[in-house]
Amino acid sequence: MQLFVQRLFDALANGSTYALVAVALVLIFKATTLVNFAQGELAMLGAFVTLVLAYEQGIPMWLAVFLAMIILGVFAAGVERVLIRPFDPADHLPLVIITLGLFLGINAMAGIVWRFDPRSFPELFPSGNAFTWGSASLRWYTVFTVLTVLVTIGLLQLLLNKTKIGLAFRAVSSNLESSELVGIRVGPTLQFGWALAAAVGTLGAAVYVADPFRQLEPSIMLRVLIFAVSAAALGGLDSLWGALAGGIAIGAIQSLVVPYVPFIPNELGLAAAVVVLMLVLLVRPAGLFGTPAVSRV
Amino acid sequence: MSPMLEVKDLRGGYGLVKVLHGLDFHVNESEVVVILGANGAGKTTTLRAISGMIQTTGSVKLAGEEINSAKPADIVRKGVAHVPQGRGTFPELSVEDNLTVGAYARKDNEVQADMDKWYEIYPVLFERRTQTAGSLSGGEQQMLAVARALMSRPELVLLDEPSLGLAPLIVEDLFERFAEINKKSGTTLLVVEQNAQLALGIADRAYVLEAGTIAIEGDAADLIDDDTIRKVYLGI
Ligand SMILES: Nc1ncnc2c1ncn2[C@@H]1O[C@H](COP(=O)(O)OP(=O)(O)OP(=O)(O)O)[C@@H](O)[C@H]1O
Ligand SMILES: [Mg+2]
Repeated sequence: MQLFVQRLFDALANGSTYALVAVALVLIFKATTLVNFAQGELAMLGAFVTLVLAYEQGIPMWLAVFLAMIILGVFAAGVERVLIRPFDPADHLPLVIITLGLFLGINAMAGIVWRFDPRSFPELFPSGNAFTWGSASLRWYTVFTVLTVLVTIGLLQLLLNKTKIGLAFRAVSSNLESSELVGIRVGPTLQFGWALAAAVGTLGAAVYVADPFRQLEPSIMLRVLIFAVSAAALGGLDSLWGALAGGIAIGAIQSLVVPYVPFIPNELGLAAAVVVLMLVLLVRPAGLFGTPAVSRV
Repeated sequence: MSPMLEVKDLRGGYGLVKVLHGLDFHVNESEVVVILGANGAGKTTTLRAISGMIQTTGSVKLAGEEINSAKPADIVRKGVAHVPQGRGTFPELSVEDNLTVGAYARKDNEVQADMDKWYEIYPVLFERRTQTAGSLSGGEQQMLAVARALMSRPELVLLDEPSLGLAPLIVEDLFERFAEINKKSGTTLLVVEQNAQLALGIADRAYVLEAGTIAIEGDAADLIDDDTIRKVYLGI
């Protein structure tokens, strides 16, 4: 029982970080119906920038994270302008190839600059346990990670639903042509989406590697990206709260289902998550919380 | 005085597909002008060219100012609203957000007042203001599309087949509304229609578009009475 509770806590911690990266994916997907495969690498880059700011410039940790979010936001805005905007948004294949190229490019660049050996990352949250029950313990890290996700999604909801740029973003997500016809500048609006996504992704990566059990290295986000894509798809790809639910569900599959179902070897945790995802999508193609593609004419 | 809209030698299409082969027409201030034509004649393409959605050559002047190379976002700000074929609402957004976003280019603080005015004209939109636009019926969506376009306080409204797929009674009501908008506020209307009789009923002048060129032009009243035109082009 205590082991079960411990695994539940693990699911919560992992799931929340997947959710943060999933939220970043959802932001881009909402606007462009495109899964940005470079999202994880952008986030990894953000974590390295945080590290440089904190260690080499001596900036306080949370301020370093915040600055890295802004830097990555600006960087992603530049990427959108130079690599994405020249292409027809309706033609997905070239765009997917570009995000894959970005993925490889950023990964290689990070490897050249920072090498591939893992580095320790400073903690963002208090260490120790918030609550212990026998051998099961709820770490402060988990508590704060969950809080970070909730606050992030809450703020994003406010931004999307209560501000003018948020309205423009939702309009572009809903109908690109009509957005132009009401006077929205579509390019800059999508650019804003890219910047926002990169900032949220950076936060996700920083929180992920701030777990004292983890270290930062250029390929750290590979697994996370796969889990995050699954989480986003499970949640419906266009729903922020869906991304959270999807993230927690994927976290649960990873730390609850895999250990309890004897015929799934531990190494297949990743695959198990994807299989569950496929099963859900078979039954509900729009994911758990997604908007079904029904339109009346 | 220059006309509200003056189009000269408009040519263009989609990539290699040329649709418009040199159109000349104009719309005077406070006029209602209708463009008639068979499927595929290029009516939608013409409206898209005016609002900057496709690249064309030739001249499009709005109150004397050349706008043919301008971007859609800037053309809206110069006072052109476009209700595209198939309504063009934002299906995932609420009715209220659709109206708010219609006023996106405006900077004044009377947006709420305008919205209330539309809620008064179409109470059903008020009842459904929190519902998503995608869940409205076809007729309600067309009301929303028209209200959304007029939320930008345009001087020229482009309407692309507003009657498409609507019940006759709703269509009649819609055209009465157009006539009223035109009379009350002097808003200039350029209407593309298949429903010739109804459109000519509210129009001052009309053009018949045939394979990307203007085949016939004249006063709406004359066109409606001309027997050959009635048979060949209008099917009424
Ligand atoms: N996006 C596009 N790409 C390529 N060709 C197009 C495109 N849109 C329209 N066309 C072509 O341009 C021609 C004119 O189309 P347009 O939509 O302007 O006709 P229309 O007069 O509005 O017809 P309808 O009454 O059916 O709406 C048609 O032959 C059509 O096939
Ligand atoms: Mg058409």
